[in-house]
Amino acid sequence: MLNYRVIIFACALIFGVVFSIPSLIQSESGKKITLGLDLQGGLHMLLGVRNEVAIASKLKSIAASIKYLFDEEEIIYDALSLDEDTAEITFEILDNEDLTRVNALLKEELEGVTFSQTALKYALQMTEGEIERTKKDAIDQAVDTIRGRLNEFGLAEPTVAKQGQEKILVEVPGIKTQEDEQRVRELIARAAHLQLMAVDEERIARVNTMSAAEAKSYGDVILPDVNTAEKYLLKAIPVLDGSMLTDAKVGFDENSQPVINFTLNRQGAKIFGDFTAISVGKRMAVVLDNQVYSAPNIRERIGGGRVQISGQFTMEEAHDLAIALRSGSLLAPVYVMEKRSVGPSLGADSIKASSLALMFGFVLVVIFMVLYYGMAGVIANVALIGNLFLILAIMSLFGATLTLPGMAGIVLTVGMAVDANVIINERIREVLAQGKSIAKSIEDGYNNAFTAIWDANVTTLIAATVLYAYGTGPIKGFALTMSIGIMASMLTAIVGTHGIYQWILPKMDKNRLGYWFGIKGSK
Amino acid sequence: MELFTYKKPLSLMAQAKRFGMLSILLVLTSLGLIFTKGFNVGIDFAGGTVIQVQYDQQAPIDEVREILGKQEAYKGANVTYFGTENEIVIKTKTSSQSVGVDIGDQVRALLAKTQGFKEIRRVDMVGAKVGSELREQGLLAMVLAIIGILIYVSFRFEWRFAVASVMALVHDVTIAMGMIVLFGVEVNLDILAALLTILGYSLNDTIIVFDRIREGIRSIKDPDFGGIIDESVSRTLSRTTLTSLTTFFVVLTLFLFGGEIINGFSFTLLVGVIVGTYSSIFVASPILMWLGFSVTEFRAKEAEKLKREKEKERMRAMYEQGTL
Repeated sequence: MLNYRVIIFACALIFGVVFSIPSLIQSESGKKITLGLDLQGGLHMLLGVRNEVAIASKLKSIAASIKYLFDEEEIIYDALSLDEDTAEITFEILDNEDLTRVNALLKEELEGVTFSQTALKYALQMTEGEIERTKKDAIDQAVDTIRGRLNEFGLAEPTVAKQGQEKILVEVPGIKTQEDEQRVRELIARAAHLQLMAVDEERIARVNTMSAAEAKSYGDVILPDVNTAEKYLLKAIPVLDGSMLTDAKVGFDENSQPVINFTLNRQGAKIFGDFTAISVGKRMAVVLDNQVYSAPNIRERIGGGRVQISGQFTMEEAHDLAIALRSGSLLAPVYVMEKRSVGPSLGADSIKASSLALMFGFVLVVIFMVLYYGMAGVIANVALIGNLFLILAIMSLFGATLTLPGMAGIVLTVGMAVDANVIINERIREVLAQGKSIAKSIEDGYNNAFTAIWDANVTTLIAATVLYAYGTGPIKGFALTMSIGIMASMLTAIVGTHGIYQWILPKMDKNRLGYWFGIKGSK
Repeated sequence: MELFTYKKPLSLMAQAKRFGMLSILLVLTSLGLIFTKGFNVGIDFAGGTVIQVQYDQQAPIDEVREILGKQEAYKGANVTYFGTENEIVIKTKTSSQSVGVDIGDQVRALLAKTQGFKEIRRVDMVGAKVGSELREQGLLAMVLAIIGILIYVSFRFEWRFAVASVMALVHDVTIAMGMIVLFGVEVNLDILAALLTILGYSLNDTIIVFDRIREGIRSIKDPDFGGIIDESVSRTLSRTTLTSLTTFFVVLTLFLFGGEIINGFSFTLLVGVIVGTYSSIFVASPILMWLGFSVTEFRAKEAEKLKREKEKERMRAMYEQGTL
């Protein structure tokens, strides 16, 4: 007769089949299982962030603000310099009367710094809180920037997420070749730090014999040309940087060479205009990631804030560079802590191999159960199939990721899910052997088997949960499929088969125990 | 079909000492292997790079070794065939932090001209810092799983059952590790997962035997614990063997057809299934006896519990009737 157990099982089965269909036919719509990078191919990276660089660049911008403030307020100062090793900005003022004004300016206009003053000399440092904030900003900004770049690059569903306090997880599926992968990696890593810097025209003649330390003592820096061996001596504190950029596009110069045209925001355009007005006859370098791309002579004041970078780019390079500039620079460079990349063909091979193993193992178990238990084995197999569909359906609904170890987890669950039915069938046989009725044997069998199945499953679930909580990447997938499998098997193997027995009980014949339970009839 | 028909209990406990000696021997040998030969630690825990290269034809492995040998960075790189002779795997201890051009790109550039080069199929690179983090996390997972199991089994059975099941677990995992060392299986994250699965599987098996013993303690009249164990183990023998067989076959197909990448994983499971079955029959229950489990004491406690509950019920009944 029909009973609540078999109805629950039927519902679970329908649920399982309906919700696993989108995954099985890989339809466009509907929630489905995503294949892990190890199965569909792709790039997985765990990146770290070089915080010290973020702090140094923050210091640089503080130094730039000081310069800007003092120029604005017409305070005369000298020897404004930045020591990256001690993370300290030092300068001195020349006029005693400016002291109170300078103190007030530094206090009011600059945030997150402390300073000390002896006589006319000042030393300025970032506060602890500001350093922490800068680190946090650097990683958050890196996550946003990398995400922006990958989205614009046009690959399907890249994942960029913060992992813990100081790591960034990047996952990019669907990369076809290793060359493409390298291009993606270069796009991610590109600092895209754009600076417009003044050439130190007074001293540049000596640049080839000058040491870095000497250049530093003048507040200068030596940077190489991107294409030639030429070196430039530039003022270390830039006129402006890429943060004031609003757009960057690929264009072509008069020789049909790809170039990048970028536009500055209003503040940037004003600074640029003012600077070019007072620097006519001097050179200004366009610097990207510490390489000089061009250093044209300023012939007149340039308004409008439009600047061009040319540098013998290929079309691809220009395209990627424009993306990088548009989505902003990385405050701090990133480095690889862990990287796993799988080509799509290897992923396909893995799917083939493990599907084959899954199918083969499944068929083996199914045949064995029927041979050993007769109809009871068939019932167990129905539960097993229901279990498989349920696993797929639940994973689809969660949008879970199926990895290679995850597939192994399913294979293993198949092995373990039959266990519950083996225990139950053995218990039923035991009671039957005592000569009890079939109905009584089934009820006793389930009652006797329950605590064993329950305790065994709960302990396995404990192990799987720990594995999920402390595992990383693919291992999580393994623990997930196994946990889902165990829980699904409790429903299908205990409730489901019990319901089926109760349903078909009237048809069961005590004289045909061999057919129903695979044992010789008892007297 | 029936393979095991229960007629009378096997006399396992009489043989317990022999199995105990065998187990101690196996565990000691495994520990010896682990501490002398040591694990073949893979890049997940040691840091380094693995590069899988596919060729259209048989890979020119000697040429690859020669080319890489000339590079300072790849001195000591290990080059082997992988699965078929068309594929090779290059393992180095070096890893690079550069996002743009990494070791995979360098190797591609170096090998692109070798005869039949098709593509780089896989590049796995783990930095030393991440490696040590993964190692710590792995150990933590193992310890936490064992503690969780101890608590649950103590709660559901009795502390001696918990200790005996964990000892059987340690026994299984140790022997599996010994086999890993013996066959030089590379230890990566997947092996850790396999060991944890063995932990779960072996426990599963042991719990089912213990469940039957718990039942036997309550229902079998003769308080001789050895006899109860013999009968309980014998009665679960068919289930233990059947489940082990089905699981074994499934894992075996995974081992044979699952592909090279999960070979180490399935090998470890294969060992685990065998050892786990053995331990749940021959190891876990004798430990229970040696720990001094007393049936009469347990029954007294159970009776006490029952009495307390009855007393409570009686009080409640009296209370409800207003006689208290």
